[in-house]
Amino acid sequence: MATFFQHMTNALSVGSLYALMAIGYTMVYGVLRLINFAHGEIFMIAMYMVFYGLAIFFLPWYVSFTLAIVITALLGVAAERLAYRPLRDAPRISILISAIAVSYFLQNLATVLFGGRPLTFPQVPLFTQIMTLGSVRIPRLSILVPLITLVLLALLMLLLKRTKTGMAMRAVARDYDAARLMGIDLNFTIATTFFIGSALAGVGAIMWGMKYPQINPTVGSMPGIKCFIAAVLGGIGNTAGAVLGGVVLGIVEIMLVALWPSLSGYRDAFAFILLIVVLLVKPTGLLGEKTTEKV
Amino acid sequence: MQTKTIRPSKPAKRSWVSLILTLILLSIVCFVLFKLQGVQNQLVLRIARLCAINITLALAMNLINGFTGIFSLGQAGFMAIGAYTTALLTIPASKKAMMFMLTPLVKPLDTLTLPFGLTLIIGGLIAAGAAFLIGVPCLRLRGDYLAIATLGFSEIIRVLIMNAQSLTNGAQGLKSIPSNATIWWTYGIAFIVIVFMALFTSSSYGRALKAIREDEIAAESMGVSLFAHKMMAFMLSAFFAAVGGGLLAAYNGTIGQDMFRVIQTYNVLMIVVMGGMGSITGSVIAAFIVTIGQEWLRVLDGPINLGPIHTSGIAGMRMVVFSALLLIIIVFFRNGLFGTNEATWSAIGGRLSALAGHKKRGTAE
Amino acid sequence: MRKKVLEINDVTMQFGGLIAVNNLTMFADYQEIVALIGPNGAGKTTAFNMITGVYKPTSGHIVLNKENITGMRPDRIALRGMARTFQNIRLFKALTVMENVVIAQHLRLKSSWLGATARLPRYRAENRIMYERAEELLDYMGLLDVRNEIASSLPYGMQRKLEISRALATQPVMLLLDEPAAGMNPAESLDLTRLIQGIREHFNLTILLIEHHMDVVMDISDRIYVLDYGNLIAVGTPDEIQANDDVIHAYLGVDENEA
Repeated sequence: MATFFQHMTNALSVGSLYALMAIGYTMVYGVLRLINFAHGEIFMIAMYMVFYGLAIFFLPWYVSFTLAIVITALLGVAAERLAYRPLRDAPRISILISAIAVSYFLQNLATVLFGGRPLTFPQVPLFTQIMTLGSVRIPRLSILVPLITLVLLALLMLLLKRTKTGMAMRAVARDYDAARLMGIDLNFTIATTFFIGSALAGVGAIMWGMKYPQINPTVGSMPGIKCFIAAVLGGIGNTAGAVLGGVVLGIVEIMLVALWPSLSGYRDAFAFILLIVVLLVKPTGLLGEKTTEKV
Repeated sequence: MQTKTIRPSKPAKRSWVSLILTLILLSIVCFVLFKLQGVQNQLVLRIARLCAINITLALAMNLINGFTGIFSLGQAGFMAIGAYTTALLTIPASKKAMMFMLTPLVKPLDTLTLPFGLTLIIGGLIAAGAAFLIGVPCLRLRGDYLAIATLGFSEIIRVLIMNAQSLTNGAQGLKSIPSNATIWWTYGIAFIVIVFMALFTSSSYGRALKAIREDEIAAESMGVSLFAHKMMAFMLSAFFAAVGGGLLAAYNGTIGQDMFRVIQTYNVLMIVVMGGMGSITGSVIAAFIVTIGQEWLRVLDGPINLGPIHTSGIAGMRMVVFSALLLIIIVFFRNGLFGTNEATWSAIGGRLSALAGHKKRGTAE
Repeated sequence: MRKKVLEINDVTMQFGGLIAVNNLTMFADYQEIVALIGPNGAGKTTAFNMITGVYKPTSGHIVLNKENITGMRPDRIALRGMARTFQNIRLFKALTVMENVVIAQHLRLKSSWLGATARLPRYRAENRIMYERAEELLDYMGLLDVRNEIASSLPYGMQRKLEISRALATQPVMLLLDEPAAGMNPAESLDLTRLIQGIREHFNLTILLIEHHMDVVMDISDRIYVLDYGNLIAVGTPDEIQANDDVIHAYLGVDENEA
């Protein structure tokens, strides 16, 4: 029972991390119909930023966390401005390729700037301490991560439902052309979407780094792809769906390995198998809406 | 290089001229290759061979991504299948016994060796079989879902390779692969693939693939079976990708699962995009530009002394510059060098006469 | 005696809670020109999409030449002699006029992909015939002069004609035209009327068309079906339909100015 509880909290915290990043994918997909392949690299850059803040410049954890989140958010906005906006009216395949090129570029850039050798993510004791609950010993992080995710999700929902920018974001996601005709400032709305999505990826990256403390230039690609899968799982374009998808993916991954330890070598394959099953059974995802192409 | 379409309306004289020009070009290429063979500079030889391998890989991807308009990101997986097949079937038995220390290689592979050419074909066929299994669920998906699903399968293939210790030597990879990828093998296969692509894409089946690219719903309503044609393109693409992977294994001498990450697919994608999705000549020319360009950019990794600027050499700088250049191409010249066009002799002739000021009606395709 | 080429029995199409077509029953005799009319959103294009296999009907049967084609894939239906055009033109835009028409004959090709790639004599002969037939067809439709142009560069009227040419190239027995006269002026639509009558004779076709131009519909149709909110509200000859109160109420009354 105790081990089950341990696995479950672990699964939930991994799932919450996936969820945070999946939100970024789903929001960008909502407004641009684009798989932002560079999202994983944004995540990777955030980890390096924290590393520099804590281990090189010895800044207090809250300062370096904030700086890292802001820098990654701005990086996301810059990527949109430079690589996606010029292609907004081009065929969708072009912008997808552009996203791949941005991811490729950021990986190469990170190799030059930070070196190819893996670094160790610095630990912040406040978050990583082990707590004892009865007979169960769990890192404080496992409790904090789902809580932080929930709070951020609530804030995001409030933003989407209550603020003018949030409503503009929803309008663009619903009908891009109509939104443009209604006088919504597309550039600002899309930039905001990237800002928020990338900031959430930054938060995710910090907590990911404390959980799996190894940084290298390709550290973002696997979580990146998995979180896109989580977004598809929940129904792409749907924020709550992204969170659900992330949590489901986290639970499946951790629990399958917990139940059948011999499968651990195949852990990275689960997400893809899950993706293919979902796309075949319910292509719109768990919470997605059905659409038919007009002929 | 030229693609011929049989058209009754085309004057016969022009196709004779094209044929002669093509023969001249071929003899020049053969002459250059013959000269290259005698070159002592190993670096030049390596780059020249890599160019040819990249032609094969780029055309394999162009068939599915450019001509059929299906955005597949599974190439690295198919390349891995080809590379491991060729490696396992060409490494001598004694070397295999030394390499597989943790778990011995399964029978009969532990002693079996086959001729290089045959191993390329076997690798291609296995990849085509894998493509069939992957295609059944994936080819029904649309657009970017298909991209992510094929990418997923490519990763699954890699994970399987990493875990199949008794077949692939797992994370240790394979060494001592005989270096069969000579100038003649690499260019011979590139030539075969170019000719095949030119003939196939200009055949009725190739036209059907282009129709799918232009408008799936219209193509299907005109009687083109989407699934059968997409599957055909997908399997052929996988076959050639595996052949390219086999060549790469023989070229490298060592392989490991790490070589076949998604970044490998991106490398080939960049060539295809640069040349133009749907252009054979574009892919061929871009393969040369990218391969030689990457090598040429190597200066950037070394120490730089530009007047007051001194750097002591930064490893990886060339890849940053290279990927930035690619990004610029994609953002500002998204159709690449050729778009979906081919550099046929008549198109080149048209350009030349336009340059010369003749107001001739273009016959460029 | 005339034989029925197309029979639609009790076909219903439901999207979620919306019933787009409700218990539609209709038929078309050999060499008949049948029109399907009705206000916007009446379910006409949905009916086309069911007949050509783009949508699978929720219930009912569709029979082409005595063969049940309900729920078959569009390419299988095309192979059995059904061809169509689209309301919002769907040409192979980046390809030439010639290629558009040649591709539409691919479904009759007998050579395998290997034979085609190796340019075996049989494929060469088949390919030559495909091009010859395409030239004949383009000549008949008055598009021969533009055969090497890129499809999307043609003026609108020619694109409509090219779509019809492409449909004819599949060698159909039944042709479905979705608003062929859309966006045409009276002179052009009169031209089109003659063209449609011409191709019926020339290719022994049965034609089903959706059209909003009432002059075209009344001029060429042998029989007319009227749909309103997915329901069939009238069937008859042009004269009968013009005199039908329900139709006038639901449709013609609103659309008088255009007619």
